[in-house]
Amino acid sequence: MTTLEFRGVTKLYNVRGSGQLKALDDVSFTLHSRQTIGLVGQSGSGKSTIAKILTQLETPTHGEVLLDGAPIPRRGKGLRMYRQQLRMVFQDPFASLNPYHSIRHHVERPLRLDRVVPRDQVDAEVRRLLERVRLDPDAVMERRPHELSGGQRQRVAIARALASRPALLVADEPVSMLDVSIRLGVLNLLADLQREEGLGVLYITHDLATARHFSDEIMVLNQGRVVERGPADDVILRPRDPYTRELRAASPDPEEFFRRRAAQTTGGAR
Amino acid sequence: MSADTSAPATQASPAAPEPVDPTLVGTTATRAERGRMRVPWRFIGGRAAFYLFTAWAAITINFFIPRLMKGDAVDAYMARSQGQLTPDAEKALRLMFGLDHSVPLWQQYLDYWGMLLRGDLGVSISTGMAPVGDAIAAALPWTLGLVGFATIVSFLVGTVLGAVIGWRRGGRLDVLVPVTTFLGTIPYFWLGLIFIAAFSSVLGWFPAGHAYEVGVDPGWNADFIGQVLSHAALPVITIVIASLGGWVLGMRNMMLTVLDEDYITVAQAKGMPNRRVLWRYAARNAVLPQIQSFALSLGFIVGGTIVMEMVFSYPGIGLLLLGATNAKDYALMQGIFLVLVMAVLVANIIADIAYAILDPRTRQTEA
Amino acid sequence: MTDTLLSVRDFSVVYDVDPPVRAVKNVTIDIRRGEIVGLAGESGSGKTTLAYGVQRLLKPPAVITGGSVVFHDADGSDVDLHALDTEQMRRFRWDKVSMVFQGAMNALNPVATIGAQLDDVFRVHRPGMSRAQRRAEAVDLLEIVKVGGQRIRSYPHELSGGMRQRVMIAMALALRPQLMVMDEPTTALDVLVQREILKQISQLRHEFGFSVVFITHDLPLLLEISDRIAVMREGEIVELADAERLWTDPQHEYTRDLLRSFPRLTGERGVVVR
Repeated sequence: MTTLEFRGVTKLYNVRGSGQLKALDDVSFTLHSRQTIGLVGQSGSGKSTIAKILTQLETPTHGEVLLDGAPIPRRGKGLRMYRQQLRMVFQDPFASLNPYHSIRHHVERPLRLDRVVPRDQVDAEVRRLLERVRLDPDAVMERRPHELSGGQRQRVAIARALASRPALLVADEPVSMLDVSIRLGVLNLLADLQREEGLGVLYITHDLATARHFSDEIMVLNQGRVVERGPADDVILRPRDPYTRELRAASPDPEEFFRRRAAQTTGGAR
Repeated sequence: MSADTSAPATQASPAAPEPVDPTLVGTTATRAERGRMRVPWRFIGGRAAFYLFTAWAAITINFFIPRLMKGDAVDAYMARSQGQLTPDAEKALRLMFGLDHSVPLWQQYLDYWGMLLRGDLGVSISTGMAPVGDAIAAALPWTLGLVGFATIVSFLVGTVLGAVIGWRRGGRLDVLVPVTTFLGTIPYFWLGLIFIAAFSSVLGWFPAGHAYEVGVDPGWNADFIGQVLSHAALPVITIVIASLGGWVLGMRNMMLTVLDEDYITVAQAKGMPNRRVLWRYAARNAVLPQIQSFALSLGFIVGGTIVMEMVFSYPGIGLLLLGATNAKDYALMQGIFLVLVMAVLVANIIADIAYAILDPRTRQTEA
Repeated sequence: MTDTLLSVRDFSVVYDVDPPVRAVKNVTIDIRRGEIVGLAGESGSGKTTLAYGVQRLLKPPAVITGGSVVFHDADGSDVDLHALDTEQMRRFRWDKVSMVFQGAMNALNPVATIGAQLDDVFRVHRPGMSRAQRRAEAVDLLEIVKVGGQRIRSYPHELSGGMRQRVMIAMALALRPQLMVMDEPTTALDVLVQREILKQISQLRHEFGFSVVFITHDLPLLLEISDRIAVMREGEIVELADAERLWTDPQHEYTRDLLRSFPRLTGERGVVVR
C-alpha cells in the first residue's frame, strides 16, 4: 500500500507590488492506494497549486509532502521512481498529447523509459493498455492525436498514465473539456480502473456532482484552505461549512429544484 | 447567497445586500477607479534603469574598441603623413585623441567620460581636423530628415494598406501583397540607379543626386527648401517602394489573426458599421506588433542607409561613415558609432512608450 | 401584439466544405415574448450555428440554404430577417436582438475601455444622444448589472471573469432589445459566479420583459432556469417541451441519454435514471 501525505503545506507566491499571495494555507491530507479523494475547488482555490506541487513544478513554502513516510525525492533515481508511482491525467486532451507523434509513441514512451516490461513485450503491452481504456488498438495506434475525438484522446492520456503501473493517480479536471455525454463514460472508466488496479486517485474538480459520484471522500478547498472534508455523501448532503453550503446551493440540481417547486405549488411549507 | 441550504431556487429579496458577491471580486479593477491613466511608475522605472545600463555599456564598449585594435588612430595618421611628424607632435596628437599611453587605462576611461559630457567627441582627421561633433551635426539632419520621413511614410502607407487588404481577405487587393514584397526584393542600388536613369537622365523630372544644388548656401528660404524637396524626392520614393512590402505583409497577417478574435464578432453583432470595426477594433489591435517593428527600424534609420547615400550622393551619416572608414579616421568612426547606439536606444524608448500608451495591458506587467 | 416574438421555419445551414456539413436541418421553432428558451446540445449539435444563423452572423463557409426567420416586433410590424439589406440588418442588430457571448475573456476589445465600448453602441444606434447622455446611460447600465459606474474607465483585463460577463450583459441590454441570445454565458465561470449571473439575468428579464435564448450543453442548468427547452442533436431539434415536462417525462431517447449523463447532486448516489 502506497501513501501520499500533504502535511501542513503552505504555498506563498510573491506578487509584484502587492505583497504575497497565499495559494495554499496549511493544507493536509492523506491519499492511500485503493482510495479516491475528490478535491473540490473553484478557480483561485488552490487546487491547481496542489497539482503543481504533486508534479514537482512547485515546492511548498512551508510543510512537506511525503511518500510512504519519506519526503518526496527531488533528484535522480528517487525522483524517477516517484514519477513512476504518481501519474497525472490533465484537463486538456488537446494540449497534453504531442500532435507530431502517434498514439503508439505516446503510450510506448513511459514503458521504455521506466523499463516496465522487456523490450520485446512493449508492443503487446501498448495493445493491452489501449484495450484497458476501451479503445481498439488497431484503429488507434498509428493515428495522430488530432485524428481522435476528445474522449478518445483522454482515454489515451489515461492509458499513458497507467503504463508505468503507478500506485497513485492525480486527475486534474479530466472531463471538464469533454462533451457532456461522454464525461460519465470516462469517469466510469477511471472508477473501474481504480477498482481493478487498486489505485489511489485524487480527483480534482470544480463540479460537486461528479465529485460526489466518483469519490469516497471529498475535500472542499476555499482560497487555499481545506474548509471541509469527509465522506462524499456527508459533505454534499450534510455540509457544515458555510462555503460548502453555498457551493451546494449554487450547483444546478434539477431534482431538488422541481421537488421544491412541486411542494410550493401544492402549498407546501417553506 | 444565504447559508440556508433549503433555498437553492427561491429568490431572496433582490435588494438584500449580499455579503460577498463572488462576481464582483475583481482583479485590479479597484485601482482603475482613480484617475484617467494610471502612471505605471514601476514599469517606467524598470525600463529607465535598463536603458541607462545599456547606454553605459554601449559607451564603455565604444571606449574600448579602438584601444583593442592593432595600432591606433595616431599611428594611422602618422602612416599617412609618412614620418613627417616629430615625436613631440606625436605626443601632442596622442593627448588630443586621448590615446596617451603614459596615462593608465582607467584614467583614460574617466577622461573619455569627461570629454563626452562636455560634448567633445574628439577631432576628425579626415575632415581636416574639424571636431567630430561638427562633422556629425552637419550630416545627421540630412539622414534623419530624408530617411526618417521615408520610413514614416512607408510605415503609414504600408500599415493602412495592410489593414485594408487584411479586412477584405480574398479580395482583389490581395495581389498587392506579392507585388510589394517583390519590389522589396529588388536590390536597392539597382532600383535607385534605374530610377535615376529613368526620372532624372531621361525624363529630367528630378535631379540625380546631392541634397541641394552644388555651390548653393543653405538657408531658410523658399528656393533652398524647394531644392531640398526636389532632391529628396527620388531617394524617398525608392526607399518607400523598397520597404513597403514588409509593412504590408506584417499588418495584413496580424489583421487576419485579429479578425478571428471574438471581439470582432461581438462588434459586428453590435451592429457596428464596417469602417468602425475595421479601424477601431481590428486595426487598433493588429497594429501593436507593427509599432514594435517600426521602432526598431527607426533605430536603423541612422545607420542603414549607406547604399542610398552612395547611389544618390546624399550627404548623410552613411557617407560620412564610409569616408571615415576608408581614411581610418577612428575618432569620427567612434563618434558615429556612439550616435548610432544612442539612436537605437532612443528609438526603443519611444517604442516602449508608444506601446504602453496603445496597449493598456502592458502597463500592468513587465513588457 | 402577438404572443410570438420570433418565428423560425424550416431553417437550414450548410458548411460549404468538402464534404459539405449540414449543420442545421430544417429547424422550426417559435420564441414567445418574455420567455426563456433553453437550447441544449453537445458541440456539433448545431445550436450555436442556429442562433448565429438566425441573426445572420455566420461567416463563410457557412451558408444559409433555406427557411425563414420572422421577427414580430412589439410595435406590430413583422420583419423578415433575411429580406433586410446589409444596412437595415446592421440597424436591426442590437436594437431588437442582442447577444451575450461566451468566455468574455476575448469578447471585449482589449485596447478600449468598458466605457468606450458601451459608448460605441449608443453612438452608432442612437445618433441623437449627446455625449453627456451617452455617458450617463453607460453608467446607468453598469449600475443595473451591479458592476458599478466607476468601472467605465477600466479595461477588460482589469476585471474578473464574472465582472466581464456582467459587462457583456450590460452591453446587450443597452438598447432594451426584445430578444437576447446568450451563448454559453456562464460556461467559463465558477459555480457561485454562475449562480449570481443567472439570478441577474432572471431579474433583468422580469424587469425589462425581453425573451432569452440560452444556449448551453449544461442541461441541469437549463432545467432550472428555462421555461421551455429545445434539445438539439446533429442539426435537428429532437425534443421541445416545457422544462418540467422534459424532466419528468422525456419523450426522445436522446433526451433520456442526455439526462442520464449528468450525475445527481443530491438524492440517490449514482447516475440519473429515467
